[in-house]
Amino acid sequence: MAQVSIRNVVKAYEGGVQAVKGIDLEIADHEFVVLVGPSGCGKSTTLRMVAGLEEITSGEIAIGGTVVNDIPPRDRDIAMVFQNYALYPHMSVFENMAFGLTLRKFPKDEIKRRVDNAARILDITPLLERKPKALSGGQRQRVAMGRAIVRDPKVFLFDEPLSNLDAKLRVQMRTEIKKVHQTVKTTTVYVTHDQVEAMTLADRVVVMNHGIIEQVGPPQELYHRPATRFVAGFIGSPAMNFIPARVENGSGALRLNLPNGIVLPVPADRTARYGAAAGKEMIFGIRPEHLTEPKNLDRDNIATFELTPEVIEPMGMETLVHLWLQGAEVCSRIDPTTPAEPGRPMQVAADLNHMHLIDPQSGRVL
Amino acid sequence: MSGASIAGGENAALGLYHKAGSIKRERRWALIGAYIALAVFVVFFMFPPFHMLITSLKSSAEIADLQGNPWIVRSPTLENYRDLLTNGNYVLHFRNSVIVTIAVVAITMVISTLAAFALARMRFWGSAALATGVFLTYLVPETLLFIPLFQIIGGMGLYNNLLAMILIYPTLTVPFCTWIMIGYFASIPKELDEAALIDGANHFQMLWKIFIPVALPGILAATIFAFTVSWAQFLYPMAFLVSSENMVLTVGIVSDLIRGDTFQWGKIMAGALMAAAPPLLVYAFLMDYYIAGLTAGATKG
Amino acid sequence: MADGNVVTAPGVPAAVAPPRTGTLQKIARRKSTLAFVMTLPLLVVIGGLVAYPFFYALYLSMLNKRMTRFIGLENYTFLLSRETFQGVIWQSVLFAVGAVIAKALIGFILAHVLHALPAKGQRKWRGMLLVPWVIPPAISTLAWWWLFDPSYSALNWVITAIGVPPVAWLGEPSWARFSVILVNVWYGAPFFMIMYLAALKSVPDQLYEAAAIDGATGWQKLIHVTVPMMKNIIAITVLFSLIVTFANFDIVRILTNGGPQDKTHIFGTYAFQVGIQSGDLPLGSAVSLFMFPILAIFAVFVLRGVTRRSREMAG
Repeated sequence: MAQVSIRNVVKAYEGGVQAVKGIDLEIADHEFVVLVGPSGCGKSTTLRMVAGLEEITSGEIAIGGTVVNDIPPRDRDIAMVFQNYALYPHMSVFENMAFGLTLRKFPKDEIKRRVDNAARILDITPLLERKPKALSGGQRQRVAMGRAIVRDPKVFLFDEPLSNLDAKLRVQMRTEIKKVHQTVKTTTVYVTHDQVEAMTLADRVVVMNHGIIEQVGPPQELYHRPATRFVAGFIGSPAMNFIPARVENGSGALRLNLPNGIVLPVPADRTARYGAAAGKEMIFGIRPEHLTEPKNLDRDNIATFELTPEVIEPMGMETLVHLWLQGAEVCSRIDPTTPAEPGRPMQVAADLNHMHLIDPQSGRVL
Repeated sequence: MSGASIAGGENAALGLYHKAGSIKRERRWALIGAYIALAVFVVFFMFPPFHMLITSLKSSAEIADLQGNPWIVRSPTLENYRDLLTNGNYVLHFRNSVIVTIAVVAITMVISTLAAFALARMRFWGSAALATGVFLTYLVPETLLFIPLFQIIGGMGLYNNLLAMILIYPTLTVPFCTWIMIGYFASIPKELDEAALIDGANHFQMLWKIFIPVALPGILAATIFAFTVSWAQFLYPMAFLVSSENMVLTVGIVSDLIRGDTFQWGKIMAGALMAAAPPLLVYAFLMDYYIAGLTAGATKG
Repeated sequence: MADGNVVTAPGVPAAVAPPRTGTLQKIARRKSTLAFVMTLPLLVVIGGLVAYPFFYALYLSMLNKRMTRFIGLENYTFLLSRETFQGVIWQSVLFAVGAVIAKALIGFILAHVLHALPAKGQRKWRGMLLVPWVIPPAISTLAWWWLFDPSYSALNWVITAIGVPPVAWLGEPSWARFSVILVNVWYGAPFFMIMYLAALKSVPDQLYEAAAIDGATGWQKLIHVTVPMMKNIIAITVLFSLIVTFANFDIVRILTNGGPQDKTHIFGTYAFQVGIQSGDLPLGSAVSLFMFPILAIFAVFVLRGVTRRSREMAG
């Protein structure tokens, strides 16, 4: 039983700056939760409060049902993996992994058994006698994880563990972390600024911004049903297009008036949902993959219009086209075989089944 | 620049070749000049110790002989060394220096390691000001304090007592050692303490098992500094030690070997050379730490 | 630690929210207490053996010779009116400034020369050039004393061999002044060399390459790249050396003990003679306290330089 409960937690620094402004989060046993957000959003502070490295200003954090606000890190039964690995440079890999157990006065053979087991899981058995200096970045990362695994703690905490690795290794270690979690099944809280990492690793993703939680949910839900403009823009790459639009009510159906005189019909099944927005300036959001070359025209709710490409970026399996639409740059994802060239107007089709409408005042997705 | 290369179009290849040759020649001359300058300074820096060695190997008669060349030794003898080591107080002085130095180094390292750890990692009220104060204390020279200390030591009844040296020398070593150790400790990434904290270490375990091993080069440098300063100190023993059997080397050599107008130069030089040996040996084997220790104050924050 | 008992068994929810003066805060408070205890020996050393003696010196310097009567600033005014003491001030400045300039120049040249050498030979040469700085000055000065000996001077033997009349190194006031400075330069120049060498090594090569491509000559590189990059370390080293040289004792004490005719006395040796040898502790205190304002000013500048440098290195 190692669920983590964060209840109305606030972190204020001297001088009144609030890094975390009262957040609530329930993490279930065995769950892998990723806190994601831009730097300064409070995700690391939250993790460090769970670890006991930062004091909690108000609210409470419970691990496995025990309120840990006033329990020092060593008694919280947690393990943490740091961005720069924080391996003890004067100790061998074995000693690094054994250190926490040694301090807790575990018997020698038990320590050895646990370290050997963790080393086998992480495939670092041949490295046990080496010093951290003699390891590559990926190997150090494994050792840092090994140090967490041997402790068999209630909770794993990861603080941007992959940020110091190069792109290729990062993808590899991501898989590795997921594999380890599937093996040991320890409740995990993972902090990253990389939304791809968040999406690929998490059972549930927590998007944070300016010290508050914007949205919590499984990756697919966050992607397809973002709750706020921030989440809509933060999750997904390239990011969702935001285009200013005026909602108009015309004889029972809603229309969106976009710049350049483009008018898009709102799908009928959304009329009720967007009704209150009629007559207001809103933001029309659509992901690049739903703004493509004209295809599937036989489906409902596909609208085509003409725009002029500015920059073409061939990516191989797809091509990104950056189009200019008065006051907003719009990105479209097209098939690489579709001809496109800068300056020559082209037809694009918007799949309005996947549109979003955002209230610019509240930032909420309607 | 580009103009020149365009103008010299047809000769470009030749010019380039020529230029390369002149760079090479220039380099060679610069190097020869460097070696000449080095040789001059090495002679300037090395001739006093060299002369010390030559004199120490001479008999009194040879030293007194004005006809001879003072820079060479005709009949080398170890008489001076043997005499120093068997008669008189030289061995006693050496022993006193060793005792004082070991005691001072030990005291210094304990005080400054604890203080540096607290100042570098455990912020508390006034800790930043104290770190600055430590550095300023290091800049207070002993010539400013020896007279009041004379009174204070006298008042404690420690006049002419080696204990006074062990008590006072730390004022010269502790501030600087603390200062450089703060620098070394501060350069240890904060995540390392946090990892240790989560691994279950308390503050003393963190200091003993993490900080001291990781900052070992810094600790070695500070130790060497404390050793050098204690071994070389001259003013305090000069002011506070009067009887020969209590003296340390820096003052003992002179006091015992000069009687009125008689200077036993051979023995003075032999004694000086042996007194210079410990720091020279430490330097020879641990040059990098030695240099780090004695220069860190100004280069490290 | 004793907080272990606070940990409730896993799975048992904490019944009540803990009071705000929680254990973590108690730990934090205990942590700063512990930190204070750990710095206590340092505070004792600084307070008891540096700060207290300093203020005691101030008090002492305002007593009469037998320390029975408070006489205000009389010791100071008395000293200032004495020609000998005016000479001491003058000689201290000459000694410090002259020696530091020479040390800085020699150190700068040697650092450059060493830096130009191929890396392989550098260590060996550097090792030899640092020897004067490793031997305790009270010991090495004995060698110089012997070299300057009026009848057996090995230096005079060399200069008479090339046809120059012998020099009374320590017997004639201006030569004696030169000699004490010479020995100080001999002892201190390697320190400058090693500091400058470290600074030179920290100048990135790309800067020189960029300057070369911009068309700078060797001299221009020195003026526009090397010196500006080293400015701070030069300033720190010079100021630091001024403090140490100004407060020197060993060299003058051994070589001349202030003579001939008190012409080579500097503050330290004069304070020793007045305070310890002649037994006038209050007057001796006053002599050494004259150093304080100058040292304090230098110290503030050193500190400024050091903090600026550490900020540069951190940023």
